[in-house]
Amino acid sequence: MSEVARRGTAAPVPVRRDAAPAGPPPARVALVDLLDRVLAGGVVVTGEVRLSIADVDLVQLSLNVLIASVRAGMPGTAEPDRDG
Amino acid sequence: MSEDQGVWVYAVAAVIRPARLAGLTGVSSQPVRTVTGGGLAAAVSPVSLAEYGEQPLRQHLEDPDWLERTARAHHQVIETLAADGRPVIPMRLATIYAGDGNVTAMLGERCPDFAAALDRVTGRAEWGVKAFAAAPPAGEETRPAASSGAEYLKRRRAQLSARDEARQSAADAAHDLHTALAELAAAAVLRPPQQPDLAGQDAAMILNGTYLVEDARSAEFAALARERAGRSAPGFRVEVTGPWPPYSFATVDAPGGPE
Repeated sequence: MSEVARRGTAAPVPVRRDAAPAGPPPARVALVDLLDRVLAGGVVVTGEVRLSIADVDLVQLSLNVLIASVRAGMPGTAEPDRDG
Repeated sequence: MSEDQGVWVYAVAAVIRPARLAGLTGVSSQPVRTVTGGGLAAAVSPVSLAEYGEQPLRQHLEDPDWLERTARAHHQVIETLAADGRPVIPMRLATIYAGDGNVTAMLGERCPDFAAALDRVTGRAEWGVKAFAAAPPAGEETRPAASSGAEYLKRRRAQLSARDEARQSAADAAHDLHTALAELAAAAVLRPPQQPDLAGQDAAMILNGTYLVEDARSAEFAALARERAGRSAPGFRVEVTGPWPPYSFATVDAPGGPE
């Protein structure tokens, strides 16, 4: 029923981020979870010296493109959007 | 620094050990180095403005392959810094400055804010908890055909109400789960549910929570998520990811301020 997708090691926590890596390399994080964080999270410092940042509209745009590409990769999918 | 080069900023920390950055490359496969200011250090790498200037960036962000490559490169640098066990403040993807001097100025100006953010995440990590509810089985097809229109309507109503109940009970379970996790966490942020296509799930996502958890309590946190999932209704599934660098909890601008 529950599925703990902990990265790095299958050993139980506590987390030891300072530990030397042992065993297999960490599994890649799911792209969707990563985008959730790097596009919507992280520090945004306002100010004139900054040149650019990923803005929210573009995020949505990118996600739409991503969805389209995910769909294209799945054979015979015609499921409508359920939650828009 | 030439005029057609910018500086991509990954993260800010109190100290970045040079050994951590040895051999580390970021976006554009450029070596990562440190820029200091205000008693802080930022991990940066040079980017060509022909590719990362505002207009080209806009186009690239619409390219899924570019986006994935860049997001993973950004994340990898931040993770490498976090692997030191010292707190880091991740910057949002595509935070680009015109040069080192601008980064130094920014660090100097915002140093109290960064210090407060670093305090907030010290000894803590971000965990993600997603909950999915599978649609309840229809179960109607196996029954004999309705003998009348009234009978059909009666069954149909019962079916719909069972579905509503299942949906409500899954929503309640997700709410309870979030409340329990948030109580254990130092802070919690609810994100909008991911679209089923992106999440790679048939089931609807009914919780997409992120939690800032003391490192000493992360085992307890994961156990709580598992235990709650275990005693929920069938079709309710929980997925835990982490530890993440504190993407969702590293805020510097005042809440509600301009982004």
